[in-house]
Amino acid sequence: MSALKKELLRIAIFAVGVALLLNLLDSGVALNFVMMALYAALLAQAWNILGGYGGQFSFGHALFFGTGAYVQAIAQIEGGLNPWLAMPLGVLASAGVGVFVGALSFRYGLKGSYFALVTLAFAEVFRIVALSVPFTGAGVGLMVPLREGFGNMQFGSRRGFALMVLGLVVLALLVTCWLRHSRFGAYLQAVRDNEDAARAAGVNPFRVKLGAIALSGGFMGAGGAFYVQVFQYIDPGIAYGAHTSVEALVGAIVGGMGTLWGPLIGALALHVLADLTRNLFGQLPGINMVIYGVVLVLMIMFAPRGLGGLGRSVRELWKGRSK
Amino acid sequence: MTDLSILFPSLLNGLTTGAVYALIALGLTLIYGVLHIINFAHGAALMLALYAVYWLKEAAGVDPYLALPLVVPGMFVLGYALQRLVINRASHGKDENILLVTLGLSIVMENLALLFFKSDTRTIETAYTLTTVPINIGIAQAMIALPKLVAFGGALVASATLMLIVGRTDLGRAIRAVAKEKHGAKLMGIDVDHVYAMSFGIGLACLGAAACFLLPAYYVNPQVGNGFVLVAFTIVVLGGMGSFSGALLGGLLIGVVESLGGLLLGESLGQIGIFLLFIAVLLFRPQGLFGAKA
Repeated sequence: MSALKKELLRIAIFAVGVALLLNLLDSGVALNFVMMALYAALLAQAWNILGGYGGQFSFGHALFFGTGAYVQAIAQIEGGLNPWLAMPLGVLASAGVGVFVGALSFRYGLKGSYFALVTLAFAEVFRIVALSVPFTGAGVGLMVPLREGFGNMQFGSRRGFALMVLGLVVLALLVTCWLRHSRFGAYLQAVRDNEDAARAAGVNPFRVKLGAIALSGGFMGAGGAFYVQVFQYIDPGIAYGAHTSVEALVGAIVGGMGTLWGPLIGALALHVLADLTRNLFGQLPGINMVIYGVVLVLMIMFAPRGLGGLGRSVRELWKGRSK
Repeated sequence: MTDLSILFPSLLNGLTTGAVYALIALGLTLIYGVLHIINFAHGAALMLALYAVYWLKEAAGVDPYLALPLVVPGMFVLGYALQRLVINRASHGKDENILLVTLGLSIVMENLALLFFKSDTRTIETAYTLTTVPINIGIAQAMIALPKLVAFGGALVASATLMLIVGRTDLGRAIRAVAKEKHGAKLMGIDVDHVYAMSFGIGLACLGAAACFLLPAYYVNPQVGNGFVLVAFTIVVLGGMGSFSGALLGGLLIGVVESLGGLLLGESLGQIGIFLLFIAVLLFRPQGLFGAKA
């Protein structure tokens, strides 16, 4: 079986397995846990497209998350749009913001820490703007009215939302799989590994990176729209604050950048860790982020290839011994 | 609106803030110039220094200015240890790793502060908090708070000290050698890891000094560093990455721009102005306003 078919088969098994698990689970707590873990995985996968496969480290991915969230909320509240229609709009808007930021920064050759800084600065600008303009509800935030029903994308139970985010995660997995086996993906990874060499070989790095930031931003925007549907509330701090940017980035790095399953594994591992600490220490402000930060530093110190890479090292060690 | 009696105090205010900005940016410039990395934990480290000054005053009654000989060496040791024990070990020779590690450190510091000190905004009371000094230059006069005046002078003295250390001492020569040519410096017998750690330590020591000068006229909360961090990056980029005199001028310029911008456009829009300026400089003139074309 080819590598592509093997990966597609695994994605199918994952999708069916989690869907079955969700139908078996009965307790709201367990359903909520799976839903939040999948949601975190979606953000990490979005970051991974640009950071892992494109090598462009964004420190401000909340920029796209917040844009998707605000479009989702405003289109419903002001435009009276059905949430199912609002969501693609939010995804498009986030991808558009991605193209805008990408066009500005890649045109002038910003990379590495400069790109990280620019994304961070853009997220800050958007946060301050969202705090001061009227249509975002400023500091008070926006409330999406409760209208339960499948047609309104308000499922009443966590199971519906978990299935929905599972769909988004599977879509992100498929797109990542495509990146691994398509011409565009090969270009993107060539630009990541050596931009000059890629250019010499006839790749247009600007266009390739622009495509990656649009894809990455689109999935992040879907995450934002999903957040609004679940919690029915958004404010500038949630939308454009550093927390979401960090969550996306740490999940991808902990699991393993530039891998298919890494972000999923990383997000799940972080989520289990966060849940354990909540049980141990209770709901203390900041404790989750402390753990995220410590895990980030430790992973880079001891396992820069992420949990996936760690697993591979152990397997290679095992194989070497059994020979 | 453009009356001199309003503009002049605002200008003075901007210059005093700008001097402290410059001091913070000088620490960042030193770290960037030598290690070629952007220290994302700079703002969080400043926040820690501010808390140190705060608790020295509240718990031990130490005056912020007298806390200088405690906080500056303390921050130096913290910086030296962080670089030697964490950042250097985690880098694996890749700049991206350093970027991510300093981001991780800033997340840890900020949220530990949130955990232990809560999100309350705290200020200190000193005998001179409300003292003002009249300044008269003939065509205009202004009343300026004494702590701001001290901060202005102190920040300039500290900046001059830093420039002397880098320009005139053996350590400074070693730092400049490593910044220019790491491998050559190593061959000449310079302990590169030690120089890295010294630079990081001195960079953070600048924050210690800035914190002592800031707090009497400022406040501290776990997020306070965030406001400074982008301003400091803006100044470093504006001054031409790695240039000390550029950072000093850039700091004063940003202070004045912020103060005048706030006066003319309102507080929150003035803040956006700095971010937009930052983005614009990064995009169109990454070598800085005063830097030569790379």
